[in-house]
Amino acid sequence: MELAFLEISELAEKLRNKEISSVQLTKYFLKRIKEYDGASGLNSFLTVTEEEALAQALEADKILASDPHASVLTGIPYAAKDLFSTKGIRTTASSKILDQFVPVFDANVIEKLNTEKGILLGKTNLDEFAHGSSTETSAYGPSKNPWDVTRIPGGSSGGSAAAVAAGLVPFALATETGGSIRQPASLCGICGWKPTYGRVSRYGVIAMTSSNDSPGTIARSVKDLAITAEILSGHDPKDSTTSVKEIPSYVANLRSDLKGVKIGVPKEYFIPGMQPEVEARIHEAIAKLKELGAEIIEVSLPLTKYGSLVYAIVTPAEISSNLARFDGIRYGHRSDGAKDLSDIYDQSREEGFGDEAKRRILTGAYALSAGYYDAYYLKAQKVRRLLVNEFHEVFQKVDALVCASVPNVAQKIGSAKDNPLFGYIADQLNIPASMAGLPALSIPCGFAKAEDASVEMPVGLQIIGPQWGEQNIFNIGHAYQTITDWHKKYPKGFGEI
Amino acid sequence: MILTAEEVRKIAGLARIKLSDSEVEKFRKELSVVLDYVSELEKVDTEGVEEISQVTGLENVLREDHAKLSEYRDAIIASFPERKDDFLKIKSIL
Repeated sequence: MELAFLEISELAEKLRNKEISSVQLTKYFLKRIKEYDGASGLNSFLTVTEEEALAQALEADKILASDPHASVLTGIPYAAKDLFSTKGIRTTASSKILDQFVPVFDANVIEKLNTEKGILLGKTNLDEFAHGSSTETSAYGPSKNPWDVTRIPGGSSGGSAAAVAAGLVPFALATETGGSIRQPASLCGICGWKPTYGRVSRYGVIAMTSSNDSPGTIARSVKDLAITAEILSGHDPKDSTTSVKEIPSYVANLRSDLKGVKIGVPKEYFIPGMQPEVEARIHEAIAKLKELGAEIIEVSLPLTKYGSLVYAIVTPAEISSNLARFDGIRYGHRSDGAKDLSDIYDQSREEGFGDEAKRRILTGAYALSAGYYDAYYLKAQKVRRLLVNEFHEVFQKVDALVCASVPNVAQKIGSAKDNPLFGYIADQLNIPASMAGLPALSIPCGFAKAEDASVEMPVGLQIIGPQWGEQNIFNIGHAYQTITDWHKKYPKGFGEI
Repeated sequence: MILTAEEVRKIAGLARIKLSDSEVEKFRKELSVVLDYVSELEKVDTEGVEEISQVTGLENVLREDHAKLSEYRDAIIASFPERKDDFLKIKSIL
């Protein structure tokens, strides 16, 4: 039975019809992971939880047999970025400093998926502490893009994106701070949802930039994203920034036309240096949205180019503070060579952190230090308010914005090396929405030739909504997917085994 | 904006990260690139603009200050890098 590239709802139906059991489904994906992953393969998983998964699947099968109202996710395998705390399961954040770390509690979203009896197959690779846009800063080596294994899958949630793209798992948990879901989803030709800030709890997610961090999902269709969004969203007393706002029935509300929907196209998102073929795919996608009945309106967001600059200050500043907890004292790596307390701090952090984490900690410490705070951090937070206001204004006129997720297709592995600006530039079309706490999607909208014309790589359409406007973006994405089949394309070389 | 080696050593001290001389040089160059990159923010007029610290408009989220026992006590103690009985062990502080 060909199951590798089926959507959640299709797999859920097969489970209900008794065409397959959750144990069989779990074994099926575990076998694919063994065949196609590992350090010599895609390197998308850091830990595979075979034993726990099979035990969970047995339990799910019992529920499926007895409860006709079991959740759509009951018995469905998934993977989680290794930034989510998983009780009793090693959680590294792709950093040596947490190489042997085993959390004592589950992240809120893991707990939610446990309640639904989703099956955790393992933990996926990421840039160290989610600092990066290629997975190349991972202490465990980069993941590879299934469409061309010599290219990056994007990042930081590159392992999650590569695993879903290669059909190793039906969906994966991921996190965004400034593009870390949308960018890898775009580069790997799959769908990604970055929620409104505060829609999904950050509890148990190893912190990067607390004012931005947004856990979300990577999956095969917008409908799948909407299914997960209904389950993952909601207030959590353990994350005081989560909202008590009602969670709409995203899936039931999905529609297949866009009559009466106003979509803005921000001209500043068509930047100089964008690959012409990527730009062409975006214009084709916009034509499709028009065909579906949407009114397309050109809009202007002049502060767009400053988004990445704000990010390049605020993010390292929060990182320098959030990563202060990794000090070798209570958990994580402690240097063997330390002679006194001071050595424990200095040497454990020297040995435990990679270059990118160090660079961001140092940048942040500098931007926050006496004499520089006003010029950097305070200035950035002022511009950030202007960015929020600018989006707020444009959403008085339109229901959503569309543009490219990434101005180019996936680059070769090695592109990010020793380039301190790689991430800030790679994610420049994603970051402004992140800084304003907006929900956004990336969905596949075709292919473009790589810079050396050697191969065709996926292109992603970005859909940005107003705060709490998940339904708007799901509706647009879903309608697009009812008349296109880009989301049904998958890479060669990952066939049935 | 060009940082000096001295400045890099100072912030590395603040951030509690030991750096070798070659790392000081590497980060001196790389941090200078980042600081140059962000310097363009000066061009944005922010006269009279108040800084933002929470983008969805939340203010002072409060909860009752009740003490409760942690269910994780033993598991947390078990993950200490070094311990004596239930006490966290560290190196000498002087």
